[in-house]
Amino acid sequence: MATKTLAGKTVEVDEEGFLVNPDDWTEEMAPLLAEQVGIYELTDRHWEVIRFMRKEYKERGQIPTVRRIKNVGGIPTKELYELFPEGPAKKAAYIAGLGKPQGCV
Amino acid sequence: MKKLLILGGGTAGTMMANKLAPVLDKNEWQITVVDQEETHYYQPGFLFIPFGIYTREDVIKPRHDFFPSGVEVIISPIEVIEPDANRVKLSNGRVLNYDYLIIATGSHIEPEETEGLKDGGWRENIFDFYTLDGAVALSNYLKYWKGGKMVVNIVEMPIKCPVAPLEFVFLADWWFTEQGIRDKVEIEYVTPLPGAFTKPIASRFLGQFLEKKNIKLTPEFSTGRVDSGRNKIISWDEKEIDYDLLVTIPTNMGSEVIARSGLGDDLNFIPTDPHTLMAKGYDNIFVIGDATDLPSSKAGSVAHFEAEVLFENFLRKIEGRELLPKFDGHANCFIESGFGKGILIDFNYDVEPLPGKFPLPGVGPFSLLQETRMNHWGKMMFRWVYWNLLLKGAELPIEAEMNMAGKMRA
Ligand SMILES: Cc1cc2nc3c(=O)[nH]c(=O)nc-3n(C[C@H](O)[C@H](O)[C@H](O)COP(=O)(O)OP(=O)(O)OC[C@H]3O[C@@H](n4cnc5c(N)ncnc54)[C@H](O)[C@@H]3O)c2cc1C
Repeated sequence: MATKTLAGKTVEVDEEGFLVNPDDWTEEMAPLLAEQVGIYELTDRHWEVIRFMRKEYKERGQIPTVRRIKNVGGIPTKELYELFPEGPAKKAAYIAGLGKPQGCV
Repeated sequence: MKKLLILGGGTAGTMMANKLAPVLDKNEWQITVVDQEETHYYQPGFLFIPFGIYTREDVIKPRHDFFPSGVEVIISPIEVIEPDANRVKLSNGRVLNYDYLIIATGSHIEPEETEGLKDGGWRENIFDFYTLDGAVALSNYLKYWKGGKMVVNIVEMPIKCPVAPLEFVFLADWWFTEQGIRDKVEIEYVTPLPGAFTKPIASRFLGQFLEKKNIKLTPEFSTGRVDSGRNKIISWDEKEIDYDLLVTIPTNMGSEVIARSGLGDDLNFIPTDPHTLMAKGYDNIFVIGDATDLPSSKAGSVAHFEAEVLFENFLRKIEGRELLPKFDGHANCFIESGFGKGILIDFNYDVEPLPGKFPLPGVGPFSLLQETRMNHWGKMMFRWVYWNLLLKGAELPIEAEMNMAGKMRA
C-alpha cells in the first residue's frame, strides 16, 4: 500500500491518493489535499461541506451523496459544484480524508 | 395464522409470492400482496417500443394472472409502513398487520427532480422510455421525425437497468439506418459516468461500439437543468448541450411510501444488508429488487438472483436459523446492440464484466462481452422467459451466485 506524508504525518493512501483510514485525517491535512485536486483556498463554505461529510461518515458509515449534502447538509448543488468543480462528491471526500465514494452500477 | 405481507407485486414481489406460496403451510400462513396497479408491465420491453418492435399490448398483462391461488392480492396504493407496529396502512383505508414484511416497491423516474425538464418541451421534443406512456409517445414522434440532433441523457445515477440507455442508442443507430435517415441524424450520449458504462473493461468495450456506430460520447456531464425554450441541457457547472430531440433518463427514485415511512435514503432506497437482504435495523423486514440501496444493478435478473437467496433466508428466518450471507450482487444482462445482434455481460459486487463464454445448460454457451446473433436471441427470448418462468418463480438454469467458469481475465 502506498503512503504519503501530510502535515508531518505519514498516512496510507490508495492508488488514486484517497486516504485509506479516515481516522488518520487531521484538519491540517485538508488544505494540502485540496491543493492536490486544484483547490487553493478553503473558504468557510468549503469547511461546512468538509465537516458535514466527516460527521455523516462518522454517524452513518457512509460518504454522503451530492443529494444528501443538499437535503441534509443544506448546500445547494449548484454551489457545491462551484466549491468543488468537476465531481464535488469525489473531491470533497478526497479533501475530507474519506475513501473514494462508491461508484454506481 | 401468521402473516407474510409483500409490498409491490412487480417482478420481485410476484416471484417471491410464487416461490413461497407452495412451501408455506396454508393452515398456518396467510400471504398477501399489495400493488397499486391492475396491470403488470414487462419493463425490459419498453426499450423496443420507440422503434416499433413491440407495441403496448406486447408488454402488459393482468397482474392477477401471475399469482397462485391462496395468495390474497389487494389492488390499492400503500399509504404508509409502520415498522414499529408491524402494520401497513393502505390508501383504501385498510390496515394490514404482518409478522414478516417483504418490500418490493421498485423504482421509478422522477422528472420533476430536474428543473425545466417538465416545462414546455415534455412530450413535445423531450421523451423518456422508462415508462410505457413515454415509450409509446416517443414511438409516435420518431415515426415522423425527419432527423436532427438526438441527445440521450442520463440525468444522474443510479438508474434501473443501467445498460438500457446504451441499448437505446444502439437500436436508434440501426433504426435510423433502416429508415434511410441515419445521415440526417446526429446521436450524442451524455452521461454523468466517466465512460460508456460503470465498470472499466465493459466501459472500454462499449465505448468502442459507440465510436464504431458514430455515436458521440460525452462523459462526466451532471445535468443540472433543462432549458426547453432554447433546447439545451445544462450541467451543474454550466456546460451546455443543444438538442433537437431529447431522450432523457430522469432521476430514478424508490417509492414515495418509503419516504413517508421514514425507511429510505435520499433517493428513497432502503438500506439493506448486501448479502442477506434484510432491511438494516429490522429483523422481520426483507427488501428485494430495485427498492434496495445495494450497489448492484437494478435489474430483473438481479431481482431473480436475489429471490433465490431471499427464499432460502426467509425459510431460515421463520425456523429461527441464522441467515446466509449469500447474495453476491450477481447481474446478468443482455445488451441489444442493433442490427440483430447483442452482447452479454455477467458480473457481481466484486468481479466486473469479463470476456469469455457463458455456459447455459440446454441452450449452449453465450459469448460474454462480444457481439453475436445468439445474444440478440437471448434478449428476445427473455420476454417469454419473464412471463412464463421468471415471474412464476421457476428455477432457471443459472445459479444465483456468479460463476467464474468460462470467464477470462485479461
Ligand atoms: C426501459 C427498461 C429496460 C429494462 N431492461 C431490463 C433488462 O433487459 N433486463 C433486466 O433484467 N431488467 C431490465 N429492466 C429492469 C427491470 O424491469 C427492473 O429492475 C425490475 O422490474 C425490478 O423489479 P421490482 O420488483 O424491484 O420492481 P417493479 O417490477 O417495478 O415492481 C414494483 C411494484 O411496486 C408497486 N408499487 C410501488 N409503490 C407502490 C405504492 N406506494 N403502493 C402500491 N404499489 C406500489 C408498483 O406498482 C410496481 O408494480 C429494465 C427496466 C426499464 C425501465
